[in-house]
Amino acid sequence: MSELIRITQVKGRPIPLRGNDIDTDRIIPARFMKAVTFDGLGQRLFVDVRFDAEGRSLGHVMDDPRFEAKGPRIAVVNKNFGCGSSREHAPQALLRWGIKALVGESFADIFCGNCLTLGMPCVSAGEADVSALMAAVEEDPAHDLTVDVETLTVTYRGATYPVSLPASARSQLLDATWDATRILLQAEEQVRQTASRLPYLRRFTPE
Amino acid sequence: MAKSLLEKVWAAHTVRELASGQTQLFIGLHLIHEVTSPQAFQMMREQGLKILFPERTFATVDHIIPTDTRRRPYADEQAEGMMSAIERNCREFGIRFFDAGSGEQGIVHVLGPELGLTQPGMTIACGDSHTSTHGAFGAVALGIGTSQVRDLLASQCLAIERPKLRRINVDGGLGPGVYAKDVILHIIRRLGVKGGVGYAYEYGGPVLERMSMEARMTVCNMSIEGGARLGYVNPDAATFEFLSGRPFAPAAEDFEAAVTWWRSMASDADASYDDIVHLDGAGIAPTVTWGINPGQAIGVNEKIPAPETFAPDEREVAQDAYAYMGLKPNTPIRGTRIDVAFVGSCTNGRLSDLQEAARVARLGHVAPHVKALVVPGSEAVARAAEAEGLDQIFRQAGFEWRLPGCSMCLAMNPDKLVGRQVCASTSNRNFKGRQGSPAGRTLLMSPAMVAAAAIEGAVVDVREMLGKRVSRES
Repeated sequence: MSELIRITQVKGRPIPLRGNDIDTDRIIPARFMKAVTFDGLGQRLFVDVRFDAEGRSLGHVMDDPRFEAKGPRIAVVNKNFGCGSSREHAPQALLRWGIKALVGESFADIFCGNCLTLGMPCVSAGEADVSALMAAVEEDPAHDLTVDVETLTVTYRGATYPVSLPASARSQLLDATWDATRILLQAEEQVRQTASRLPYLRRFTPE
Repeated sequence: MAKSLLEKVWAAHTVRELASGQTQLFIGLHLIHEVTSPQAFQMMREQGLKILFPERTFATVDHIIPTDTRRRPYADEQAEGMMSAIERNCREFGIRFFDAGSGEQGIVHVLGPELGLTQPGMTIACGDSHTSTHGAFGAVALGIGTSQVRDLLASQCLAIERPKLRRINVDGGLGPGVYAKDVILHIIRRLGVKGGVGYAYEYGGPVLERMSMEARMTVCNMSIEGGARLGYVNPDAATFEFLSGRPFAPAAEDFEAAVTWWRSMASDADASYDDIVHLDGAGIAPTVTWGINPGQAIGVNEKIPAPETFAPDEREVAQDAYAYMGLKPNTPIRGTRIDVAFVGSCTNGRLSDLQEAARVARLGHVAPHVKALVVPGSEAVARAAEAEGLDQIFRQAGFEWRLPGCSMCLAMNPDKLVGRQVCASTSNRNFKGRQGSPAGRTLLMSPAMVAAAAIEGAVVDVREMLGKRVSRES
């Protein structure tokens, strides 16, 4: 139960989400933030951009059969992705739809911090590279895209692009410290020892 | 080597140092409520985790609970969802739940102390910013986010850095009609809403030493509004006396040993601090916030500060405050008309708060244009207040006597302001829209001052009302 999850590489089918400044309200509308749990957020990812008021499809890429795939997905995005709310709902919605990593020109700080706590790398690439990658994906989406946290590269259809990650984010993914709970649970024995020495947990009897 | 309480408690609860430089800190008491726990429990279930120390976790419902009726299902679907979630989660994970109607329900930061759960020398955490309240007992008590609630349930630990420590001495004495609420509002005014960022506050000096435990709780409660995530008062005889005999306090036969250990956790006389501040109690008047953050506060007889009196980086928010509140600089705060009066919250919802408000309430009647609510902090507080007839005093004076909960402090339940209503409130935050209306306006003050404002229909100096009463009697 307490094995550490080191994230060195994430592989999956790509989904291109074109546009700059895609904010958290578009990713998951605010009315869904009132829900008691994160259930159902995956189905509601980009819901107001994908469907009109009558529930008819607006032809969003997520509903395009060409881009449909099972298994883990990697989002390819442009500038300032995830700006807006500091709440965890947007990363949770992406994760629950199937996205395990994101490649883009830039991300909002709090958004990529929240993604990190969920083990989702947000790696940045230059404008020209993202443009080329998006074109390659849109031309033929039926291949696996690999995000390599160790070598800081993204590979798709034989092409390799250099990417960047803040050093602390990269080290947390590689040494598994992104998963705060598991790290704390690693020391379960010491936790119990600490508890056994606390006077108020032993009726103040001497040790 | 001389140590502060913060150092001693931190050392006793350190499991290990983490690679990140943070401490893995054991948390002795985990309090949960219905708003910040459902997603933590969901994550526990999804990851197949169990609670490591279920017997050290205690739950209540306070934020969303209506104060006029307990009938289920609640009218608000989201509130009903949260309530059902906490009921189910406590049942399935084996957590003691102080449910509505149990006789033991109430605001989480009122419950811990009154049940004797909160004790000196403990580390205490809760998914709520005002967890610092429990520091009044000489505990290291802090608020955490939902992801940390999950960490805590699973490991009974937090990954956290130890803050620096500022000692705040309040010297001299308080004048009549000046209470703990005025002291903390004054401290935040002087040190600023960001002054405590990165610090824990240790409150002391003659004024704090003379305070009752409930008054100390009011002071510690608002530490976060001054930027300090945690604040505490060293435990002393008043602390031990308060705890004696409470349901979860040490049993009689263990009490002497407990007191010995508790005393040992207090800061040593020559402990060192990162900063020391002295304030004079005599210089504290009944204090009222006039603006949109708790630091924008003045004595009741002062004028609203002019823009030039603010530091350059505070001027914009001052202009924003004048506009939002509809108040002009260089005008008195006294005489500001109120529409609603609220006595309650984790800051001032305890028996002594209700007693102070009642002492003023019996002097008159709520003004015809004012809606006034009194919300006891817990079912136990309500019982004690009713035994003394405080509920009768309030009702006769035209106040509504409600059921326990957070109520209008943050208006997650139906108790909300409407439109641009102005509320004289004993709560802890006056941010825009805090009390349930996007345009609602909040004036923070002590329970006595709220009762006085309710009667006057406007902000007034409660000392004059109390003074009149005294002269009538003599």
